[in-house]
Amino acid sequence: MDVFAPLQWLADWITFDLLGLAKDSRLGSALSFFLFDVPKILILLSVIVFVVAIIRSFFPPEKTRKYLSHSREYVGNVLAALLGVVTPFCSCSAVPLFIGFVESGVPLGVTFSFLIASPMVNEVALILLFGMFGWKIAALYLASGLSVAIVGGIVMGRLGLEDEIEEYVRQIRMGEAEVPTMTWAERIAYARGYVGDIVKKVWPYIVVGIAIGGFMHGYIPADALAHIAGPSNPFAVPVAVAMGIPLYSNAAGVIPLVSVLTEKGVAMGTVLAFMMAVTALSLPEFIILRKVMKPKLIAIYAAVGFVTITATGYLFNWAIPAFGR
Amino acid sequence: MVIKVLGSGCMNCQRLEAAAREAAARLGIDAQVEKVTDFADIMAYGVMTTPALVVDEQVKLAGRVPSVDDLVKILAAAQS
Repeated sequence: MDVFAPLQWLADWITFDLLGLAKDSRLGSALSFFLFDVPKILILLSVIVFVVAIIRSFFPPEKTRKYLSHSREYVGNVLAALLGVVTPFCSCSAVPLFIGFVESGVPLGVTFSFLIASPMVNEVALILLFGMFGWKIAALYLASGLSVAIVGGIVMGRLGLEDEIEEYVRQIRMGEAEVPTMTWAERIAYARGYVGDIVKKVWPYIVVGIAIGGFMHGYIPADALAHIAGPSNPFAVPVAVAMGIPLYSNAAGVIPLVSVLTEKGVAMGTVLAFMMAVTALSLPEFIILRKVMKPKLIAIYAAVGFVTITATGYLFNWAIPAFGR
Repeated sequence: MVIKVLGSGCMNCQRLEAAAREAAARLGIDAQVEKVTDFADIMAYGVMTTPALVVDEQVKLAGRVPSVDDLVKILAAAQS
């Protein structure tokens, strides 16, 4: 990433010339890592989130629902997962979205593909992975997130869980009102606001994540974690996924650690599975969804998520050495 | 004018409500701002993303919080 060369120069200048730290010192290496990564990530984030928000402004969920209402298994699941990635909604909209889908006759499995894909393929995570590891890892993350959503949705659909939706959901009748389409000025204002929201929300995670990363980069020997969480430990993936569930954090805080953790010996698939669990299997979301789903359905949803994410983690661990980073 | 803010009460819903009140005040409109939090009532308007803004029973926007300036335009257009 040559565009960031001036930032690297500035970080090096502050660390080594201004503060006079030695180039091979631990503190020097940790600090220059921190000073380079924080502005780089924030710039990357602002630019790409803006573009993503513009794209998203063309896919309001009210439209998505129409596309999916007559969909069938497989094709519907694939379409739902793809739309889940580009459709904007905040977590408080999960319940009305779910009701809206069920009401318009979208099959339950297809609805789940959508619900899983949306938090799972997190655009912030995607951007950070791209910025720090290049397109191969980002593409693999996107592909595996979509696979989890598609397979998870198909499994949920096959289980015949229609009775596990709260009764009142089926009685709700949706209105016909059309949401007016946005003008370009509105799209730009929306995108700008969205960038502001995201940056405001994630910058502390990023700074803390990179600070921990910088510290580990400078102070922890390479391969220190290989024994606990390296590719040779088959339990590392499920343990990492289980750890991610109660840790409702932001992918933004985890990703700056990814490069450092992998550098120190943790397998890439294990770290990514952890990150997916943090974003897609969140306790607060389960609590919100309790309004529309009976506990059994939530438990199955969580279990399917756990299994598919764990499988993805193994797949990554197997595929990444094969791809060659 | 009756302005309704549809939403479960999350942070964005509160921001939209505050912005709508400010826009109405700036225009000097005698507006009644109501919150709609019941899902059945929200969905009856045909929206799935919150917060949404309804002016005199017409859905004006859903799923975002616009600036106060934009809300002023929306309310002014709805008034005429």
